[in-house]
Amino acid sequence: MKVVILGCGRMAARLATHLSVAGHDVSVIDYDASQFQRLSSDFKGKKVLGDGTEQDTLRRAGIESAEVFVAITQGDNRNIMTSQIARVIFGVPRVYTRVKDPARAECFGQMGLKTFCTTILVASYLEDAVMGGAFPEKLENTPAAH
Amino acid sequence: MYAIIAGGGRVGYYLAKTLAAEGHEVLLIEKCSTVSNEVRPVLGDIILEGDACETRTMEIAGVNRADVVAAVTGEDDDNLVICQLAKQRFGVKRTIARVNNPQNEELFARLGIDQTVSSTKIIYNLIEQEMETGLVVPLSTLRRGNLELVEVTVTPISPSANHKLADINLPEQCLIITVLRGERAIIPNGDMVIEPHDSLVAILDVRREKEFREVIAPSRRS
Repeated sequence: MKVVILGCGRMAARLATHLSVAGHDVSVIDYDASQFQRLSSDFKGKKVLGDGTEQDTLRRAGIESAEVFVAITQGDNRNIMTSQIARVIFGVPRVYTRVKDPARAECFGQMGLKTFCTTILVASYLEDAVMGGAFPEKLENTPAAH
Repeated sequence: MYAIIAGGGRVGYYLAKTLAAEGHEVLLIEKCSTVSNEVRPVLGDIILEGDACETRTMEIAGVNRADVVAAVTGEDDDNLVICQLAKQRFGVKRTIARVNNPQNEELFARLGIDQTVSSTKIIYNLIEQEMETGLVVPLSTLRRGNLELVEVTVTPISPSANHKLADINLPEQCLIITVLRGERAIIPNGDMVIEPHDSLVAILDVRREKEFREVIAPSRRS
């Protein structure tokens, strides 16, 4: 499966590496080359240096044949715009967007974008934990969890 | 009319100033405190300090009673989000976005932004016009549908030169409505022969602009 990931922060690097190790064809885009250092040596995909809001950069990353596009830059608006470029201009079948602002995550979720609001996700896990619930297994920082 | 301008840079500032001087109710939203503090003494209390992309800021600005929201920041992604939120979440009737990268114009239009202004494209067209390559100059985009009004100058080597209008293979959804020749503006019929240096004003589907250009007067570069 061809996956294009925009952004190479911690989350993106982790996702990219896991997918690459699992055998998928992954391209990661970032305009800052030093960010690619986050990718482990197990990453066998393509590193694309450039501005991901530019259609040419997206093409270089192979968006035209991509099954999935994931926008995980630090900027909500950047993620929202590029996800819509992926969906509307390039017709990528599956598009996922990280949006930190809950209000925007909700609005754009209602407009048809599959948004992942890290704020809401983490806050709800924390709330559960604080209220005496179990600490979620998936978040245990044990080597087995990776 | 209540207009909200998002982005207090040069464009937003002069826009707000002009609208206010005309007696309209206007609010300028700017997120940088240095800029808003500089501007407030001049514009008065029509500036709100905040991030226009945040729904909370929009609520404070009273966006749901705004007649128009114009997003004129220097970043296309911010302008897109502001306009989409204004329209979809708050029901603002008219949204106008400044587009810096001309490639994004199509995206904005398809996502329902009512009007986009790409100063890059406008100035580019003016430069090209000076160079007389017969480039199609957009004059106006109609609010509904995909139609725009364009002007193109026919050069001596254009394929349409010295042909009858009826013989020119115009694309679908395209009509030549005026021929400007010297001092005259002529409403043409099919028998009219197009001469070099004529300027044709046409109304056409924006998606046919390239096709139209190829038929009337391809620019030297194409």
